[in-house]
Parts: sequence; C-alpha cells; structure tokens
Amino acid sequence: MNKIKAAIIGPGNIGTDLLIKLGRSKYIEVGLVVGRQESEGLKIARSHGIDVTTEGITELMKREDIKIAFDSTGAGPHLVHAPLLKSKGIFTLDLTPAAVGPYVVPAVNLSVDLLKEINLNMVTCGGQATVPIVAAINEAADVTYAEIISSISSKSAGPGTRQNIDEFTETTKEAIEKVGGADHAKVIIVLNPAEPPIYMRNTIYAKVKNPDLTAIKESVDKMIEKIKQYVPGYTYLMEPIIKDDIVTVMIQVEGLGDFLPKYAGNLDIINCAAIDVAEAYARRLLEVN
Amino acid sequence: MRKAIITDTTLRDGSHSVSHQFTLEEMKAVAIALENAGVDIIELGHGDGLTGSSINYGFALHDDFEYIEAVASVLTKSKLAVLLIPGIGTIEHLEKAKALGAQVVRVCTHVTEADVSEQHIKAAKKMGMFTVGFLMMAHMASKEIILQEAKKMESYGADVVYMTDSSGAMLPDDVYDNIKYLKEHIHVPIGHHSHNNLGMAVANSLSAYKAGADYLDGSLIGFGAGAGNCPTEILVGVLEKSGIDKNVDLYKIIDAGDDVLEPIILNKGRKLPRFNSDSLMIGYAGVYSSFMLHAKNASERFGVDTRDILVELGRKKAVGGQEDWIIEVAYNLSKK
Repeated sequence: MNKIKAAIIGPGNIGTDLLIKLGRSKYIEVGLVVGRQESEGLKIARSHGIDVTTEGITELMKREDIKIAFDSTGAGPHLVHAPLLKSKGIFTLDLTPAAVGPYVVPAVNLSVDLLKEINLNMVTCGGQATVPIVAAINEAADVTYAEIISSISSKSAGPGTRQNIDEFTETTKEAIEKVGGADHAKVIIVLNPAEPPIYMRNTIYAKVKNPDLTAIKESVDKMIEKIKQYVPGYTYLMEPIIKDDIVTVMIQVEGLGDFLPKYAGNLDIINCAAIDVAEAYARRLLEVN
Repeated sequence: MRKAIITDTTLRDGSHSVSHQFTLEEMKAVAIALENAGVDIIELGHGDGLTGSSINYGFALHDDFEYIEAVASVLTKSKLAVLLIPGIGTIEHLEKAKALGAQVVRVCTHVTEADVSEQHIKAAKKMGMFTVGFLMMAHMASKEIILQEAKKMESYGADVVYMTDSSGAMLPDDVYDNIKYLKEHIHVPIGHHSHNNLGMAVANSLSAYKAGADYLDGSLIGFGAGAGNCPTEILVGVLEKSGIDKNVDLYKIIDAGDDVLEPIILNKGRKLPRFNSDSLMIGYAGVYSSFMLHAKNASERFGVDTRDILVELGRKKAVGGQEDWIIEVAYNLSKK
C-alpha cells in the first residue's frame, strides 16, 4: 500500500522520537526532516535513508509530495511556518505552544470535522495526559472545577519547556476548559530531579456536581482503555477516590522508550497523540478505515 | 559592619500554618506591626506563592491580589514582597501583583531547576521590581550545584540569590560552607531562609551572615511551615548581641509577635509553632516543610502514621509543590 508522506520540522528530541515512531506506521512515511543546522537528529534521519535539509522550511516549500507536517520547533518559528504550510495545503500538527489552530486531544475530540482543519494544535504533554480524564469525569459527573498537577522528571524537560513554563500552564488550562469541559481549571507543573528519573505522573482533582463514584470510575476506566490504544503505557497510579465533591485520580505515563527513555512519558504521549491524529488524516487520504 | 536586611515572611510562610485563612484585617495588623518594628521587606500571600490557592495546596480565604491590595494600602516604609513559583503562578499574575502594590518578588525554583525562572526573573526586572532568586530545598544539592544554579539566576538579572533550607534539614556548618562558597563566586548579595525542624534556624541564619549573606528571613514567633521558620524576634536579638547592624528594633518586633500575631493565632484556634515528632521527621527526612499539615490530614483520612508518610516522601525524593504525592503515599500505605 502507498503511504502518505510527512515532514518533520525540528529534529530535536521530540522530532527524532517522532521519526522513529513513524517508522512503524502503516499509513505514513517520513519524506523529509527539516532542520536549520547539522544535528544528531538529522544524522539519525539520514541513517534511515530519509531526505534532510539544513535550509529550514524553504526546502519543504519546494516539495509537492509532502501532505502532512509535524512542527516541533517552538512557538515563534511555528507562527512563521503555519501560513506557509497552509498555503501549500499541508495538514499540520503543531507540537509547539503557538496554538494557531484548534486543540486536538484524540481520545476526546478527534472528529471528521476537526480533520478538515489545516492546522491542529497538540496542546501540551500535560494536556494530552489529563484532558481525557477531566472529560471522562465531566461526562459522568459534571466538573465545575478541575485542577491538575503534572510531575515530570527534570531530565525530560528540555530548554523549550523550561523557558516557556507559563505557556505550558496557560495552554493546558485552556484545553482543560475547552476540550475537557471543566467550567474552570488550574494547572500546576513540577519538575522533579530524582535519580533514577521519575515517570511522568499526573494528579487530576475534579470538583463535581454529581459525586457518583461508580459512574465516574466506569467512565474513567473506559477513557483509559481508549488512550491505551495509542499510548500503551498510560495507567492508573491511583484509581478514582472521592471526598465530599472532590474526585482524585492519578495517572502514570510510561513511554515506549523509542528515542527517548521510558520515563519521558510526557514527551511520548504528545508524540503518540500527534501520530494518532496524523494517521486518521492519512487513512482518509488513502480511503481506508 | 554590614547591615543584615530582614525579610519577614509571617504573612506568607505563616499562611501554611493557618491553612491560608488569614483575614485581610489580620494581614494588615501584622504588616503594620512589622513595619513599625523596622522590617525591611514584608512577604505575604498564599504559602505557595501567587495563585497557590488550590485543591492541592489549600484554598485561601482571599486571593493573593486582595491581600496585596489591602496590605499595600497600609505600608509606607517596608517593601511589600510576593513569592512566585514558576509552574504555579505566571508572569501575568506577577504583573497584576505589581500593579496592586507588590515591589519585591521572590522567584522560587527547586535548587536544581533555576532555568525555569529565567522568563520570570527577566520579566520582573523589566517591570522594575526588586527581584530575588530563591533556590528551595538546598539541602538536596551539593555546593557546586547550588552555585551553578545561583549563577543562572544571577545571569537572568536577580538582585539577590537565596539559598533556602525549605526542610529545616541543614546544619550550621553546611550553611556556612555553602554560603561562603557562593560568596566567593557570585557578585550579587546572598540570602538565607531557614526552618526550625532540627532546632537550627537561628544558628543557621547567624552562620549564613558570618559566611557573607546579607539577607536573612524570619517570621514572628517562628510562625511558618513545619516546626516554623527562624523566629524574627530571636534573630534580631541574636544579631544585636553579635553587634550586627539591622533596621529592626528588638522590643518592637517582640511586641509585634506578642501583641499582634499571637492573639490572631489563638483566636483562630491554631497552635503556635513548636517542634513535634512530625516536624522533626521533616527535618530528619529532608521533606518540604509545608507538607506537614497535608501529611497530618492524609494520616487522618487514610488511617496511617504521619511519620511513615513523611519518611516515604523523603525516600521518593519529593520536592516542593508535590503535595499530591502525599495522597498517593498515604493511600498506598493504607493498602498495605
């Protein structure tokens, strides 16, 4: 079967991990990796026989075969890339906090309509890990306020995250409200330097109108099964418990250990989610289910 | 002799010990007493800093902005400070705090994570605030690491860098060595913030000054997280006895604790800080001081010993802000 060709813009940790994950895709193959200078990521791409460029997005603009782009550069560069990619009709998954297009969290809001958008934003790693749980609790119990705390290992937080920590909390908060359905939200992120590195873990507190723990648990269980389809290492650290009207759930995310170590579940989950969305788009182009 | 600059954090670190339930009038009364005593910098707000009010850390009676506005209206000499922990509060919150009267910000990170403060320190400097870099949980790092992180904060533009013993786990010799090492390698003034879990807060503060620190923290009657902070009154008395210059008047700061803070605390049905087995375990296990009340609550909720919770958190190397881990640890202990 033919595969849809994709480009990866920004061959850092995220981009290189995407490259390895996409090597297993039935529907997508990487046709080009775009960097601005020589890097480890480009070397790895070359060793897989993939075209690379150090000329930035210019080279990608010359190509007619690329139908999907993953942008893992940064918010600033993505604001430049987005209109160019749009002008070429390239379906773009934005893994930066730029949020040019609408948020997508595949287990919650991926739909045929959303796939008609030219640019979708992958929220944040914390958003991919927690929005589905908030949505599941909201469906069963109506969430008036959600609060999430993402703990990630220091080693898995690159300079991009560190210099943009406000964007992380603000974008995640917005997605918890808009996609997760909470009336209000607060987001906290903590970096933990413990060795060996901790696995990404997320605590979700939700203040609910209908504190029916059985219904909540059933809904969250179902959601976890759904997420496991694209993030196998997504598991309970603590099943839902309730006190008064506040539900607490804890989730651990173990990565696949492709380019990034298993503890970096935070980076894995956003990549797995992006690929899930890209494959849904590719299947439509290929007209397969 | 160098003057010691005193920051009193009764109204911020002390917020932990009243579960963030100070009224606006109480904050104002304490702030006035602190200013009258000559305290240089008065820090206030939720114990976890700007917008710390949350399920995880406890909801405050008022949001930080209401507290800032109320206290700013009564201060004329002392500088009003807020704490900002990147990952909890944002630059937008800081701008609002500044607009309402905050003049000083202490930007806090775990001792190994200074680079998450770059955005905030630079923004604070741009706003014209006096900006302090605050390295928490310093006992978890070597002096080389502390220096490396302090240098980052200095390079972002911090006016002062603090070595903070959030767990009250440090001993006077460690404090002396670390501060001396910092002093030899960075140019900005250095500060020290201590907790009393091992009964060392005053001794540590004095060591810090002797090693070169200019900025010292305290709270009235030691009112703060864990076994409490360095008591400002005792610190002032000790500085005076050591012939170290400062702007705070000993009698007036004693009166601020006795006449203003103590009635407020007792009226709230709260206890004055003193060491107990839990605060001792915090210092001993090196756990974030503000975990104490949360661990006690979790101990009641899940029927497990507070000390076991604290020791396990120390073993897991929980850092400041990870109050949610307390629930997981207590829950798992209850299943054993």
